[in-house]
Amino acid sequence: MMKHFYETHISSSPHIRSKDSTATIMRDVIIALVPALLGAVYFFGFRALTMAITSVCGAIFFEWLYERVMKKESTLHDWSAAVTGLLIAMVCPVGLPYWVLLVGDFFAIVVVKQLFGGIGKNFLNPALAARAFLFSWPVMMTTWVAPGSGSPVLLSSQTEAVDAVSVATPLAAMHEKMLPDGSLLDAFLGNIGGSMGETSALLLLIGFVYLLIRKVISPRIPLCFIGTVAVLSFLFPQGGCDRLLWTGWQVCSGGLILGAVFMATDYVTSPVTHLGQIIFAIGCGALTVFIRYFGAYPEGVSYAILVMNTCVVLLDKVGIPRRFGVPREGGKKK
Amino acid sequence: MAFSFFGGIHPNDMKALSRKAAIRPFPAPEVVVIPLSQHIGALCKPLVKKGDKVTLGQKIGDSEGLCAPVHASVSGTVTAVEPRPHVGGTMVPSVVIKNDFEETLCPDIKPRESIDDLTTEELIAIIREAGIVGMGGAMFPTHVKISSGLGKVDTVIINAAECEPYITSDDRLLREEPQRLIGGIRILMKCFGLKKAYIGIEKNKPEAIQKLSEILGWNSDIIVEPLRTRYPQGAEKQLIQSITGRQVPPGGLPAAVGCAVFNAATAAAVYDAVWLGMPLVRRGVTVTGRAIVEPMNFLVPIGTSFEELIDACGMKDAPSKVLTGGPMMGIAQFDWSVSVIKGTNAVTVFSQEDLADAKDPRCIRCGRCMEVCPMHLMPLKMYAAERKNDIEALDSLHLMDCIECGCCSYTCPGKLHLVQSFRTGKQKLRDAAAKKKA
Repeated sequence: MMKHFYETHISSSPHIRSKDSTATIMRDVIIALVPALLGAVYFFGFRALTMAITSVCGAIFFEWLYERVMKKESTLHDWSAAVTGLLIAMVCPVGLPYWVLLVGDFFAIVVVKQLFGGIGKNFLNPALAARAFLFSWPVMMTTWVAPGSGSPVLLSSQTEAVDAVSVATPLAAMHEKMLPDGSLLDAFLGNIGGSMGETSALLLLIGFVYLLIRKVISPRIPLCFIGTVAVLSFLFPQGGCDRLLWTGWQVCSGGLILGAVFMATDYVTSPVTHLGQIIFAIGCGALTVFIRYFGAYPEGVSYAILVMNTCVVLLDKVGIPRRFGVPREGGKKK
Repeated sequence: MAFSFFGGIHPNDMKALSRKAAIRPFPAPEVVVIPLSQHIGALCKPLVKKGDKVTLGQKIGDSEGLCAPVHASVSGTVTAVEPRPHVGGTMVPSVVIKNDFEETLCPDIKPRESIDDLTTEELIAIIREAGIVGMGGAMFPTHVKISSGLGKVDTVIINAAECEPYITSDDRLLREEPQRLIGGIRILMKCFGLKKAYIGIEKNKPEAIQKLSEILGWNSDIIVEPLRTRYPQGAEKQLIQSITGRQVPPGGLPAAVGCAVFNAATAAAVYDAVWLGMPLVRRGVTVTGRAIVEPMNFLVPIGTSFEELIDACGMKDAPSKVLTGGPMMGIAQFDWSVSVIKGTNAVTVFSQEDLADAKDPRCIRCGRCMEVCPMHLMPLKMYAAERKNDIEALDSLHLMDCIECGCCSYTCPGKLHLVQSFRTGKQKLRDAAAKKKA
């Protein structure tokens, strides 16, 4: 009989793995952001693109540098740094100087992510924490450029961009308890002032649908988050404004949809149980409205998510799945 | 199908490789190595010694208590009774028989004309003497399952789900020998005094479903239940849930919810034992995998080595892994001289491209492991607790409920070695419990 001397592998079962990996998930998130990024280029000019590229490169560079210096295994292949970099660009005004953007990348990757142990260990969303940190330069972070006025010249400076046309965001108006000028349709399409990636509800929703189809996220958090904001806005319109219009503007302006779809759904910084996710999302929505109504800043999405990020440890303890074969307390056994 | 189970996965089932190959009797090899442990329970004591002549079907090992005897699968001479490599990864005392190719049948083996007069006790005794164990892989002695379930069981379920990828031996059995299966089911029903039984088959086996439905008709005492194709549909607890909607309580046996589950091959073996008087000496084995030239379904004498089976089908290039069973729950083998035993339903040989080694696993808390866990567990938390040696947390997360089906590991995008960690964790829990007792 033939004798075999092949070197075969020994390992614990299962011996097959699904093709999905952290890298494919992160790649899907980037693909889902592409429509909004293209929209940013359309509305704010090519500087939007160079901002995005700079931020992605910056985030990747800082991740590489940290892991190199600390002699850790490189995690560049998982694409997560690229996602963080892209998201940071999306939540900043298009005219922000590049160096400020890079400070944000550094803060997100090194301080928020790596110092807490790298991917999967950070308790705050890196991109949002970076945005909060960048408000150390409040004027730069709130100098909004009107859509359609962006300089087409690559690498144009902040002053040029500001010279374009500086504009107030719809939220600033609503902060004064007034409905913004312009049409709600413009807000839905993205023809309003705001951070690079947040203005077009439509394009963000296309990304949302893509993430749902690819099963990267469940609709639970985005729907509960946006739903809570909508319900609270509808119930408590301010300044005697029309309920429906007020609700529409609250939902379509600011970073709500970007935050609800791309930030609050961040696996690492959101709860894992279904009930935990629902409470998390409702909390995000309620805090958003609270900050928008009563805070010093007109926008509250990023702070709402950051606050709820800190509750994730607790929210992970609710909604634990019912043990197999044990009836729910008080319920009848199936 | 009225019910379903939570979670599960849908991997590529790869059954196309071997599902068209009809079952062929595998020629008895020159030497068979029959382990004295092919069941859950006490090791058999050898009843033969070196130099003894044995006949085909002769009992060569037995013991008291929870045990199923083992029989010679060929006639010939015992050349050794010694420890040999076992598919479980250890050395197990085994009887080595040199085949004389006479196929002299054991004189005790006599077919029965009628089984109507047999009592439940007699049937159980026949099943025990035939050495029948659960042939789906768990190898729990069938006579114990029956006798412990008497009076409690109201539903007999035949597990023909065959949800594990690659394997087609039960599929072929259903299509080619439905009468053996049905005959076996009727005997099992008779044991429990029941008028009804279910056969659970995944919908990816339409020929088998059609064949059985045709034979049984629509108004039969045996009901064919087509099941959603979803791994682990054939896991005992999930199968019971799919068919009856009942959930086996933690640590409990199926009898706790009135069910007794038998693998399709087991039922066929019961038929052989009761009607033909034939003990369990052969079983269906699928030899498959992308490194195999011609994947086959064989009827293999127990004790045939994996090496011979693989040689018979041909090997393409350097294989990367040899498994007993399928890729989800199969055990990787390092020694190809291991024998086919009563629970071996497949030999799966992976090619290099099948390797799924994961480097640098990291949890990104996506929660997919929870979405697929058919036991409603939280694998990501169990993993973290195991890494931290947090025994209390492991216990409160119900680690022991884990059936090691592998859905979590399969689906994990961070490529964590979840099931491996849970096996370690279970041992840690057992050690801690033993320490507490001491």
